[in-house]
Amino acid sequence: MAQAFATTANPDELAKFEAMADSWWDPVGKFKPLHKFNPARIAWVRDAAALHFNRDATTERPFEGLTLLDVGCGGGLLSEPFARLGFKVTGLDAAAKNIAVASLHAERNGLEIDYRCQLVEDLAQTSERFDVVMTMEVVEHVADVDLFLRAAAHLVTPGGMLVGATLNRTLKSLALAKIGAEYVLRWLPRGTHDWRKFVKPSEFAEALRAGGLRVEDLKGMSFDPLMDEWHLSDDLAVNYMLRAIKAE
Amino acid sequence: MSGTTDIPPIDLDAPDVNADVLIVGGGLVGGTLACALAQHGISVAVIDSEDPEALVEEAYDGRSSAIAGACQRVLEGVGIWAHMDSGHQGPGGGVQPILNIRVTDTDSPLHLHYDSDSVGGPMGYMAENRTMRLGILARLDELKDKATLIAPARMADHGREADGVWAVLTDGRRIRAKLMVAADGRGSRVRDAAGIRLVSWPYHQSGIVMTVWHEKDHRGIAHERFLPGGPFAILPLPGGHHSSLVWTEKSRLADHIMDLDDDLFHAELASRFGDFLGEVKVVSKRFCYPLTLQFAPTYIDRRLVLVGDAAHGMHPVAGQGMNFGLRDVAALTERLVEAHRLGLDPGGADVLEAYQRWRRFDNLLMLGLTDGIVRLFSNDIAPLRLARTLGLAAVNKLPGLKTFFMRHAMGDIGRLPKLMQGTGL
Repeated sequence: MAQAFATTANPDELAKFEAMADSWWDPVGKFKPLHKFNPARIAWVRDAAALHFNRDATTERPFEGLTLLDVGCGGGLLSEPFARLGFKVTGLDAAAKNIAVASLHAERNGLEIDYRCQLVEDLAQTSERFDVVMTMEVVEHVADVDLFLRAAAHLVTPGGMLVGATLNRTLKSLALAKIGAEYVLRWLPRGTHDWRKFVKPSEFAEALRAGGLRVEDLKGMSFDPLMDEWHLSDDLAVNYMLRAIKAE
Repeated sequence: MSGTTDIPPIDLDAPDVNADVLIVGGGLVGGTLACALAQHGISVAVIDSEDPEALVEEAYDGRSSAIAGACQRVLEGVGIWAHMDSGHQGPGGGVQPILNIRVTDTDSPLHLHYDSDSVGGPMGYMAENRTMRLGILARLDELKDKATLIAPARMADHGREADGVWAVLTDGRRIRAKLMVAADGRGSRVRDAAGIRLVSWPYHQSGIVMTVWHEKDHRGIAHERFLPGGPFAILPLPGGHHSSLVWTEKSRLADHIMDLDDDLFHAELASRFGDFLGEVKVVSKRFCYPLTLQFAPTYIDRRLVLVGDAAHGMHPVAGQGMNFGLRDVAALTERLVEAHRLGLDPGGADVLEAYQRWRRFDNLLMLGLTDGIVRLFSNDIAPLRLARTLGLAAVNKLPGLKTFFMRHAMGDIGRLPKLMQGTGL
């Protein structure tokens, strides 16, 4: 059995995303919820990085000179904004079609991003390290969460940070993120998520600790239906984000 | 034009100008937007059909604008006000604070009196449009690292695509950007090309606009009289002895008045103006604008935003045209700066939708209110006359209501963009 889990790639999940890859940049397409989600989560990561690396987020390209690894970059919905903010971005995805879509889009937008179709555990075998490792809405789709997070943690430079986001495994998330989003509101295609694969904050933190990181902050995200916007909250029961640092 | 083809007619890989935002129209609204965005690090290209050289040389043409307090804060925040407020103060330059507004109804002893003491500071300012245009040009020059003014110039063709927008000028120059802003006024060609149809209705009224000289000092007081033909406003200009007039009449009568020779025109004017400022002389050309209320049902399309008169035009009775145009500017700037600092595409659908949600509600509210005021005051039916006379008196007696009207006229009602509150972004 151990052999079967020696990879984080989940073939069923990969096939699902390959099939939707053309829609990544369609703001009213299948990934519309992620586009809506983006401003709040980018702001949180940006502000955390500005504080951690002592940069002023209101300046032009505040993160010039720092490297960022986007693990599970999909079509590049986060890689591109962080590249514009000055990071030297490497985007990783296990689905070849995602990498093709992301590369083409970045080129058409005049952005230099190093996109690679590679597994995180394979990159961790090399000597490359990154100031920021980011894995947003990915762990709930991988085959081996522990292996995935240990590899991601390993890729953080000493003194660097990791940011992650996922869905909690609670009754509320089953009701809202699975049944609500896929069946009632139809925000997401049915079958996007498998609730049993959602990750509790304690499990996320434990895997990172094993990889030598210390969790500094946990933040929930809630949807405001009146403003049609997402904002940060202290409710971790559905969507949450986490920030961890590696000692110098 | 956009919509008819998705393929640029010529090679656009090496444009002459590449910017984040392309603004079509460099007037008061488009020009202020360009300064606001460039100041916050967003690169802009502005296309304007007027020659800036001609503007500098141009004689005193008689067109002025009322600048509400919130608009003054926008102009100050983006560095235009300093250029308007410095240098020559007097006829043809500088700004005039409005210290007092007196509103009167025909033959009625009851009147409404707004006074700057009750709101702290001037009610607003008057400036010639030329003063503002020159201020914008001076500020754009200071921001030239981020702002490219292309004038005089006209677009021959343009398109909006999934990844960006492009324009080809009549002289062959090519421009690429991520977002196109239509700031090309009431008859916006960019809006028409996008297939956005205006909803409009005429008032069968026209506004005659000119500048007058008067013997006595206006002491910073603005007068608005509700005459049977429509509102008649006397607005103080810099120097003390000039005022801007906005004289509304039924369109047929206005056309007739415009055709009068100078002596007869002056007689008509004097009968309405009165002699409280001594002798009065017309010192500019007469302009006549038909009054229509119009608005675009949507302010956005793929990588396109409408601002100012391209999105909404209103009866100038409350002096709200520029006020609302600058609100568009402040709100759009706030949204685009937020997006810029998140590394997001400035032409992204979510950014544009957020702008539209914010502005459309405000503008429709104001259009409705202004329309109501005009209908109430432009009617000579006896019961309505009584209602408005009592209404004016009632507003004057109720401090809360008066402050509401006053703050509204000053542009302070609604969810104010940060630039209008006078705070930085």
